[in-house]
Amino acid sequence: MEQETLSRRSFLTRLWGILGAVAFAELIVMVIAFFSLRKPGTAGADQDAIIVAGAVDNFEPGTVSAFVRGKFYLARLEDGGFLAMSRSCTHLSCTVPWVSGENRFICPCHSSEFDIRGEVINPPAPRALDLYPIVIENNVLKVDTSKLRKRSEFAADQVTYPKMT
Amino acid sequence: MNILQRIRLSVFPGDRKTVNEQPDHQKYFRGLLLHFRPRVVPERTLRLSLTWGLGGMAAVLVFLLFGTGLMLKFVYEPFPGRAYDSILYLNNHVPFGQLIRNIHRWSANGLLLVTFLHFLRVFYTGAFAAPRQFNWIIGLTLFTAVIFSNFTGYLLPWDQLAYWAITISTSMLEYMPVVGPGLKQLVLGGAEPGPTTILNFYAIHTAILPALLLFTLPFHFWRTRKANGLVIPRTPTEDPAIQGAVVESMPNLIVREVAVALVLLAVILLISMFFDAPLADKANPGLSPNPTKAPWYFMGLQEMLMHFHPVFSVFVIPLLLLAGLLLIPYINYQAETAGVWFCSHKGRKMALIAVVIATVATVAGVLLDEFVIGASLSGPPNIINNGLLPFTIILAACTGFYYVMKNRFKASNNEAVQALFTLLMTAFVVLTVIGIWFRGTGMQLMWAG
Repeated sequence: MEQETLSRRSFLTRLWGILGAVAFAELIVMVIAFFSLRKPGTAGADQDAIIVAGAVDNFEPGTVSAFVRGKFYLARLEDGGFLAMSRSCTHLSCTVPWVSGENRFICPCHSSEFDIRGEVINPPAPRALDLYPIVIENNVLKVDTSKLRKRSEFAADQVTYPKMT
Repeated sequence: MNILQRIRLSVFPGDRKTVNEQPDHQKYFRGLLLHFRPRVVPERTLRLSLTWGLGGMAAVLVFLLFGTGLMLKFVYEPFPGRAYDSILYLNNHVPFGQLIRNIHRWSANGLLLVTFLHFLRVFYTGAFAAPRQFNWIIGLTLFTAVIFSNFTGYLLPWDQLAYWAITISTSMLEYMPVVGPGLKQLVLGGAEPGPTTILNFYAIHTAILPALLLFTLPFHFWRTRKANGLVIPRTPTEDPAIQGAVVESMPNLIVREVAVALVLLAVILLISMFFDAPLADKANPGLSPNPTKAPWYFMGLQEMLMHFHPVFSVFVIPLLLLAGLLLIPYINYQAETAGVWFCSHKGRKMALIAVVIATVATVAGVLLDEFVIGASLSGPPNIINNGLLPFTIILAACTGFYYVMKNRFKASNNEAVQALFTLLMTAFVVLTVIGIWFRGTGMQLMWAG
């Protein structure tokens, strides 16, 4: 019943209010859309993300090779399997160098240590080093650096093995 | 009248001769100045021992920062490949370039220090009670803006110091539950600091935060004026109803303000002449320096991160502290202590005890965690052992401290809240000091450095 007693003036006032709210919502959507396009990956070419690491035989078991362009480490475990790991420490993103003398990654920032599989040996790092997927085609290793995979600890299924020839 | 006189009259209307016959306050406060400073002030608020000139110093530093910052804008280039070189060009080729950068850097650090001391001053003189409640909130907003101004400016030189400090600080964000990773992505615009990061920080540093300061600072001053000026200082036994004499601002207030401003200016200039703003090697994403530290004002946070699970050290604890600070003016207090330093003699004693306890407990806690608990805890940090358990113990200790102090001294809740505030502030300062001076290579504890 109250609807019928609504005067023209208050109806118009309410209309202005609603229109104002709509305009404000449009503004918000516009701002969000503006900033969302700045996310990386949408702008960069995906071809750059796939790094050809080289032939399987180039890597000795029990060694770690650094790839500066892709910002990752390629570790070949003693059993011949491969892991591609981010060089960023899982604690606060410092770049972790591989110290081959001690056979481990040692973070210079807060002394986190990781073994060759990226597993935490010494905290404060909370997780094992992040992984990138590896594809082996015709005995050549390719690492997709656009797909970062977080893991809490090492598991056997994370390792990529070359086909036995 | 010749044309020069007519022009002058158009700028300063009124008859020059009659102006000179007017009393001082009318002469100086006829125009614009009256909008910024009061015509008269209570004489007691002029005491240096009330304000230490800290609010005024902060305002002077903001002016200095705006001035030097605008000059730097004409040289600096916000792109990863060019930023560092533009700073080198500024330092080595632009006349007075190094000096301008030094003034900007040291004023920024000074502003942080001065605003923090101002915040302590306001708290310990009870100047947050009604009608100043909301101005406390505005003050906290300004303080936050100052912290973020410093932080966003820290990245811009794009040297090793900047790059890794920002990497560490933004990685702290990632530990916030739910919103953390998205927030880090938003701030950095990528997985690591890059072109988007520098543009983000540049826009925030040179447009958004200055605009915020430009609006919020006058609001802060205006609220002070609306509260009839500063809180009137008194001894615990004095009657708050007695306000004391009122004097003209000119010259009593203005001359004091100008004196503080000039001394501060001289100090900043001297420091800037003799100490260059730090600039390390150009940023190298492949090489983390050892040790890598956050900017000094975040060292307390970083130190906490070394002892607690990140969810607690960068989320739960800071959020609780912030909520506590925002609530301070809205607690129902038993006594009226506005204007009295440390509430009372009893309050002063309780605050001192809090300082001693917090210093000893924090140092002991850090040492204990580093050499006894930390060593036995191998493996990644655990949210219970490293988070919930120590957090609950500390929370219980703080609550216990509050009630023990309150009962032992038969204190009002003003004094007890002040003691608790002192306890937490001291702990934070001690953590910051440990982080800055007692952490060396690999962030190992070491004796002074």
